[in-house]
Amino acid sequence: MIVKYTAKMGKLPFPLTKPTWPSSLPRPNPKRHVGVDFETAWARRYPARLFRAVYTDFVAGPLSKAVAPSTIVGAERLDRMDGPLIFAANHNSHADTSVLIAAIPSKFRHRLVVAAASDYFFDSTIKATTMALILGAIPIERAKVSRRSAQTAIDLANDGWSVVIYPEGGRSADGWMGEFKSGAAFVAQRSGATVIPVFIEGTSRVLPKNPIESEVAPGGSGSESQGVSRLRRHPVSILFGRPLVASADEDVRAFSSRIEEAVIELGREVATDYYQAHRTKDRSLTHGPSAGPWQRSWARPQAISVSERSLRDRWPFLRRPN
Amino acid sequence: MSPRPGFVLETDRSTPPTLMWNGESFGLQQLPTGSRIIYAPEPFDALKDPEGAIRHALEHPTGESEPLSALLSAGMKLTICFDDISLPLPPMAAPDIRQMVIEAVLDQAAIAGVDDVVLIAALALHRRMTEPELRHALGHRVYDAFAPNGQLLQHDAENPEELLFIGETAQGEEVEINKRAAESDLLIYVNINLVAMDGGHKSVATGLASYRSLRHHHNPKTMTHSKSFMHAPASALHSANWRMGKLIKDSGIKIFQIETTLNTDTFPSNFSFLQKREWEWSLRDRAAFAATSTALDLAPSKMARNILQGIKAPHALRSVYAGEVEAVHEKILEDVWAQQGVSVEGQTDIVTMGLPYISPYNVNSILNPILVACLGLGYFFNMYRGKPVVREGGVAIMFHPTKPEFHPGHHPSYIDFFEQVLTQTTDPEVMHQQFEEAFATDPWYIHLYRTGHAYHGVHPFYMWYWCSHAMEHLGRVIIVGGDPKTVRRMGFHPASTLDDALEMAKDVVGPSPSLTHLHNPPLFMADVS
Repeated sequence: MIVKYTAKMGKLPFPLTKPTWPSSLPRPNPKRHVGVDFETAWARRYPARLFRAVYTDFVAGPLSKAVAPSTIVGAERLDRMDGPLIFAANHNSHADTSVLIAAIPSKFRHRLVVAAASDYFFDSTIKATTMALILGAIPIERAKVSRRSAQTAIDLANDGWSVVIYPEGGRSADGWMGEFKSGAAFVAQRSGATVIPVFIEGTSRVLPKNPIESEVAPGGSGSESQGVSRLRRHPVSILFGRPLVASADEDVRAFSSRIEEAVIELGREVATDYYQAHRTKDRSLTHGPSAGPWQRSWARPQAISVSERSLRDRWPFLRRPN
Repeated sequence: MSPRPGFVLETDRSTPPTLMWNGESFGLQQLPTGSRIIYAPEPFDALKDPEGAIRHALEHPTGESEPLSALLSAGMKLTICFDDISLPLPPMAAPDIRQMVIEAVLDQAAIAGVDDVVLIAALALHRRMTEPELRHALGHRVYDAFAPNGQLLQHDAENPEELLFIGETAQGEEVEINKRAAESDLLIYVNINLVAMDGGHKSVATGLASYRSLRHHHNPKTMTHSKSFMHAPASALHSANWRMGKLIKDSGIKIFQIETTLNTDTFPSNFSFLQKREWEWSLRDRAAFAATSTALDLAPSKMARNILQGIKAPHALRSVYAGEVEAVHEKILEDVWAQQGVSVEGQTDIVTMGLPYISPYNVNSILNPILVACLGLGYFFNMYRGKPVVREGGVAIMFHPTKPEFHPGHHPSYIDFFEQVLTQTTDPEVMHQQFEEAFATDPWYIHLYRTGHAYHGVHPFYMWYWCSHAMEHLGRVIIVGGDPKTVRRMGFHPASTLDDALEMAKDVVGPSPSLTHLHNPPLFMADVS
C-alpha cells in the first residue's frame, strides 16, 4: 500500500514533489540536519523551556529520586552563586544527567544546557529533538576538536546559560574515572564562567553502560542488572566541589588539570571522607588499579541496596543488618 | 556564508520548471531544453550598523565637499529632497531608508540651529504621495514635525510660482526646477539607487524639474539612443541629465547628494521562495508556493492585488555615500553593479520574462497595459550593459494577463491614451508629434496632477517612449496570457501558451531559436559580452 502510494507520489509534478536538480550544476554537500549541525535554538525558547521545566520538576526529577535516591553534598554553595556555571562531572551512566539536573538548584536548573555527544545523541532527528527538548542538550563533537560546537557552548555561557559538561567525553566503560579532556576548561576560560566540579557516584549501578546477563565480580563493573531489566534502584551520591575560575595567566591544559583534580578529590571523598580526600593524592580510589579489566571490575566497591544506604545514613546510626 | 553570485543556467531534462510571474499571480513554466535562465545574485549582507554608516557618510563626504555639519548654520535656508513612492520596489519594510537618512540629517540641522527647513518629495511628473505613503517613507516623527507646518511639500511641476528657470544647456535644453530647492542655501537630495539609472544629476535635474525641462530628454529620440538606461556612457538620457546637472551646479546651487544602495532582499520570509532557485525549494517553499499561487488565483483580483501590494521588502542598507554629486554617484554605481551584475555570454534569439505585479509607477495601484509594456520593454529589456540580452530582430515573450484595467485616480490620462492614442498609432515618434502636447497641457489632467493623486497627463507617453529602444530593436513582442484585444492594440501579439508563443516567434527568428529567460525579480543587470 505504502509502496503504491509512494510510486504514485513519484509521478506527481513539482512542486508537489521535490524538485529535480539541474545536472549542469554541482550538488552541494547535503546539509546535515543531525549531528553537530542540529539546530537547537528552538529548545531554548520559552515554550520548550516551559515544557522542560514541567517535565524536569514533575516527571524526571521525582522519577530520578525514586529510582536513584540521592545524597547531595555541597549544593548549598551554589545557592549563593550567580550564573552561569559550568558543571564538570565524571560520567558513568546515562542516568547521570537526570540525577544531576534534579540535584542542581532551580535557579540554574531552568537555564541549563547539557553538552551531549553529537555522534550518539544527535544521530537521528527524533533522538536529537527529544534530547534537545527534555534535557536541553546541545551537540558537541567529541571525536575531534570542533570550534563550532565549543563556540555554541561558549556563546550560551556568555548568554547566561549554565552548561553541564562531562570532560571525560563519554561514559566510563568499567565504572572507574577516565582522563579528562580540556573542553570544559576551554569553554569556561573563553566565557569566563565559573566551573563547579561534580562527582557522581552510584549511577553505574542504576543504569550501567554495558549490561550483562549475570554478575561477574563481587565489586562488579557496575553491570549487575540482571536479565532484561537495565534500570535498577540504587542510591547515588552527588558531590558539588568548590567553584573554580581560570586565572588570567593559566592555560587551558593547566586549568583542565585543576578541574580534574577537583573532581578526583570529590571522588576520594566518597570513598573515604572529606579530610582523607584532602590528605592523599591517591588516584586508585577513583581510577581503579592499573590492571586487567577483570581486576579493575573486581576492585570496584561493592554495590549496596537502597535500604542499606537508608539505614547507614539514618541518625542515630543503627546496626547494619547482617 | 557569503552570497552566491548570479549565473546563467542552461536547462536540461533535469531542470525543474521555472517560476514565472504572471501579473498578480505566478506559476511554474517548463522551458525548452537548452534554454538559458539568468538568475540574480543572492542578496548581499546588510550593513550591521546602518545608522552609524549614514552618520559616517555625512561626516566623511565623497568628492569635493565639506562634511554636512560644516555646511549647516543657523539662519540658513535648507531644503531636503527625497525620492518618491516609485522607489524602492517593493516598498521597503519600515524603517524606510529615507527616514533613516533624513533623521540623521535633521539631527545635524538641529545641532546647527537651522530653522528654515523644508522637505520636498521629488515627484517630477509622478503622482503625489498620500499621507500614509509619506509617513511610511519618512516615519511619523519627521512627518508630524514638518507636515502640519507646511514644511513638507510635494514638488509641483505645474505651478509656475514654485518653479525657477535656471537656463539652457549648450544643446538648447531648458532647465527649470523647483524654486524653493534652487533658492536654498543648501539642497540635500536623499536618493535610493535601486538600479544603475537612479541618482547622480538625474535626481535634481529630473526629480525636481517641470514638463518644460523634462521634455528635452523624455522623448523618443533620447530614449531610442539610450542603450541602455542602466549603462551611463551609452545612455542619451544620462548625458542629457548630466548636461542639465552641470548647468544647475554652475548656476551656484549648492547640492549635498546622499545616495544609498539597498541589497536585493526583495521578498519577506513568507514569500522567500520567490527569490530562491527552484531546485533548492524546501518543503516549506513548495507548500508556500502552492498555497500562495492557489490563493492568488482564487481570490478576486482586487484582493490578490492588495495581498501583493501589501508586501514590504526586507531591503537593507548596503552602502551610503554623501557629498559631491558625481563622485558620490560613481561610488554608488560600483556598488550597484557589484550587487546586480551577471555575466552573460552572447545574445539570444528569444528573451522571455514573467512580469510581476509592480513597477515604479503602480505602487498601491494597477499595472495597466501601458505600464505592462513599460515594465517589460522599458525596464527588464534595458537591464543590460554592452548589448541587449536578445539580438536585434529577436523576439520578447512576456507573461502577463494585460487586462485593460486602469486606476482612474492614479492614471486618468492613461485611459485616454489607451483609447485615443493607441487606437491611432503605436509609433512613439508619431504620438510625440501629434498627441503629446495636447495631453501634457490638458487643464483637467494638470488639475488632477496638482490636487489629486494622478500622474501627469503626459506620463503615459513617457512610459511608451521608454519602450522605444526595445520596440526598435525587437522583431516581435508576444504576450502570453494577455488579453488579445488589448495586446493587439499595443501592436504586440497575444499567445495562450509558451508553446504557441514559441511557434509564433519562429516565424521571426527561424526554426531553432535560442531562448534566454530573465528570472527577475530580484533585480539583476546582464553584462552581455
